Amino acid sequence: MNTLDTDVLVIGGGSTGAGVAWDSALRGLHVTLVDRQDFATGTSGRFHGLLHSGGRYAVKDPGSARECAAENRILRQVAADCLEDTGGLFVSTPEDDLEYADRFLAAAGAAGMEIEEIPVGVALRDEPRLNPKIRRAFRVQDGSIDSWKMISALLRGAQAHGATVLPYHKVVRVIRQGDRVEGAVMEDQRTGEEVQVNAGCVVNAAGAWSGQVAQLAGCEVGVRPGKGVMVAINHRLARAVLNRCHMPSDGDIIVPVRTVSVIGTTDHPVADPDDTECSPEEVHQMIEAGELLVPGFKESRALRVWSGSRPLLPKTEGSAGAGDREVSRSHTVLDHGARDGLEGLVTIAGGKFTTLRLMAEDTVDVVVGKLGRGAECRTRTEVLPGSESHRFYWIGNRQQEAETDPPDDPLICECELVSQHDLDTVVARRPSWRLDDIRRALRVGMGPCQGGFCAFRVAGMLHQEGRYGRAEANSALREFVQERWKGVKVISWGAQARQTRLDRWIFEGVYDLEHLPE
Amino acid sequence: MTEVAWGAEAWSEVRASLDRCIKCTVCETACPVAAVTELFPGPKTVGPQAERFRTGGHSPDLSVDYCSGCGICSRVCPQEVRIAELNSRARSELKRERGAPLRDQLVARPGLLGRAGRPVAPLFNWAMANSLIRWAGERTVGIHRKAPVPRSTTRTFSYWVGHHVGTRSARRVVYFHGCSTQWYEPYVGQKVTAILEHNGFQVVIPKQDCCGLPLQSNGLFPAARKAVTKLARQLVPDGTGDLPVISSSTSCGLMLKREAREILGADSPELRSVSARTYDIFEFLLELHQRGELRTDFKPVPLTVAYHAPCQQQNQLIGKPALEILRLIPGLRLVELDRSCCGIAGTYGVKREKYEIAMRVGEPLFADIQAEGPDLVACDSETCRWQISAATGATSVHPLEILHRAYGGS
Repeated sequence: MNTLDTDVLVIGGGSTGAGVAWDSALRGLHVTLVDRQDFATGTSGRFHGLLHSGGRYAVKDPGSARECAAENRILRQVAADCLEDTGGLFVSTPEDDLEYADRFLAAAGAAGMEIEEIPVGVALRDEPRLNPKIRRAFRVQDGSIDSWKMISALLRGAQAHGATVLPYHKVVRVIRQGDRVEGAVMEDQRTGEEVQVNAGCVVNAAGAWSGQVAQLAGCEVGVRPGKGVMVAINHRLARAVLNRCHMPSDGDIIVPVRTVSVIGTTDHPVADPDDTECSPEEVHQMIEAGELLVPGFKESRALRVWSGSRPLLPKTEGSAGAGDREVSRSHTVLDHGARDGLEGLVTIAGGKFTTLRLMAEDTVDVVVGKLGRGAECRTRTEVLPGSESHRFYWIGNRQQEAETDPPDDPLICECELVSQHDLDTVVARRPSWRLDDIRRALRVGMGPCQGGFCAFRVAGMLHQEGRYGRAEANSALREFVQERWKGVKVISWGAQARQTRLDRWIFEGVYDLEHLPE
Repeated sequence: MTEVAWGAEAWSEVRASLDRCIKCTVCETACPVAAVTELFPGPKTVGPQAERFRTGGHSPDLSVDYCSGCGICSRVCPQEVRIAELNSRARSELKRERGAPLRDQLVARPGLLGRAGRPVAPLFNWAMANSLIRWAGERTVGIHRKAPVPRSTTRTFSYWVGHHVGTRSARRVVYFHGCSTQWYEPYVGQKVTAILEHNGFQVVIPKQDCCGLPLQSNGLFPAARKAVTKLARQLVPDGTGDLPVISSSTSCGLMLKREAREILGADSPELRSVSARTYDIFEFLLELHQRGELRTDFKPVPLTVAYHAPCQQQNQLIGKPALEILRLIPGLRLVELDRSCCGIAGTYGVKREKYEIAMRVGEPLFADIQAEGPDLVACDSETCRWQISAATGATSVHPLEILHRAYGGS
């Protein structure tokens, strides 16, 4: 068995884990990060993509609102390349209480948010699809986050400072010496080989799965996975994030992220964070709710539906070691030494993507205290790789680049404008065995055709280049198409139903996908 | 941003139509421009595909300017995606951000050239035929030296109208003649009037300006909206609020029928009213004929005529009514040219950088005409007639000129 020695072992390759890895590496600690799958496959890759201004929490959860407002400002400075500066609007629809709007305005100011009430006419001019019956409108600093870009940048940054990152390494055992956690054994999901990592401190950053990881160490973390359903609409219905100005509820936010508009979300407790089923009822509820913000919403083409599990931590879990921050939708650092008498293990739970940097800072502060070494946190000012120019990405970037693509570099994914060169670059940088990993890196298969035209191209090219054997290419293709179908089957009506039918003809009629040789 | 809000409803509808694209690529195979140049990536690519990457404010792509606006893509799309309309909007955004060159401003205003040329028509026509002047015009303004330009005339159509004593009748129609009849081909308007009067109509010809179509196809939307809104007012003189409006220019007729509202997002009570009452001249005559009201006292016309249905006429979705009417004329040998586009697409083919593309687009049509060697080529659209004549040397006429001859006109 391979053995590695490290200062900090981070379990979980979502936004939190990647943030912890980046923070630790900047403090001069050696860090190893593992995930049971590819990075950003859990909750972080399954959210609506909102960079919170704080507005959503302003009234209900002022602590979270303050954190969001502050972290939003910092991320804009250090991670511009992972963000789009869409701006956001909070609008009072005919069903929203106007008195809430006054409370909202006061609370937003108190949370340190930049907020401005604008005339309804101005809001409607900027957003022609917005409900013309809105009565008040507030402009805030919402934005959208490309979760894959962000996590990838954090990991690349950590690696540049010596970190080791191991995708597809699932923790099978936690190594304990009496009351002390000293590392963990991982199994490579691709080869079955085991790797042992000895660590000065283990950080459980498994989010909604952190209860499962804690159990391996022999302690309890009462994380409650809260499932949220989201639906992506085929194109941007608005330039800015649209929020209903009311007490947060289901389906009251539409986020323009990349080429789509995402409406979210719901909140249902689930026993298993891997339960990602979306019921037709949840989807319909979401789509009906969209009508209030954008009339005609339900006639728009729903492209895909998915769900993610929030890592909610009930208040009874309390907070320890992270100072006196009030417990809320904010995060909590659990020092298992103080809490359970089990040293060498720290769990970070709760929180949200927007506050990933703060979560990492608070966590690594505790880790540094335990290890007795490590420098001051630098993530407030250290710019992530790719964001050096401080330019936000822009939805038109790919279209602009496609204009200059040479003719011998054809598009393989027309919906999301991915060229053969893009594919070659990503595959060379990060060899992978699943098409879904390539999808996350490039957005291949995430457009209107949901892989109908690009999936077989990618599989075929990887086979031609010798990266896939025949059987591998066939099973990768089958798996990818199956995965895409999961997100489409509940919304197969209207335009998407026609697309699905065409895609099926391609896969079954042309390729006979069901009977490809193993 | 105010730009988008203008006619936001119509625009939202066009943009939302991209949702219906299933990437079947039928439009790409039918596009006559993409078939001949790599500078235009194709209607699906710059239409429903690129539109997802546009949010207004800053255009990510320039190649959409190579769309000729012929509208074939929208017509062939089995999912009813408004592809040409999407492209037209995207081009207008582009022009708004980057400004339109003087050349586009110029060709977009046929009345301007018409007015300038009229007092000195012989000189103007000589200049337009002078290769040195045309060469200079290409270098300085960007109008291709070989591009077809109309011949100016000293007597405008409105001058003729002022001296014309029309028949009085209880059955009245409004005639929308358009700029080319006004400034370059007044005889077309005279023949339309004669045909309608021959069939017992009183023809009301109000003073009228440009419909704004060339402004629109050059991406100059605010000016185009102003023009078409003004025209709609002009076309409703007192007491004519329910009369048919007859157009003899297919592209300008389409502007009134649909494009003003669907592409420009223009809207006014007059425009809505005129839009609903606008007929292509042959569409109107065919309806008369179907009711048994068209006079068919035709004299034989012993000619071979090759007929080309222009794109903008096809986009009216009224079939080919000119063909059906001309078929009634004894002695006429009618050849239907079954080709898509002559390439000119209004003002597209006169531009220095697009002339060659336009000529390649029209090549199959030109080859058919040359193989057939007809006495006349008939085509409902003026710019197409000029392009066909320039490219093939054939004499081209409006099909109503043949009808006029059959009625005994000269």
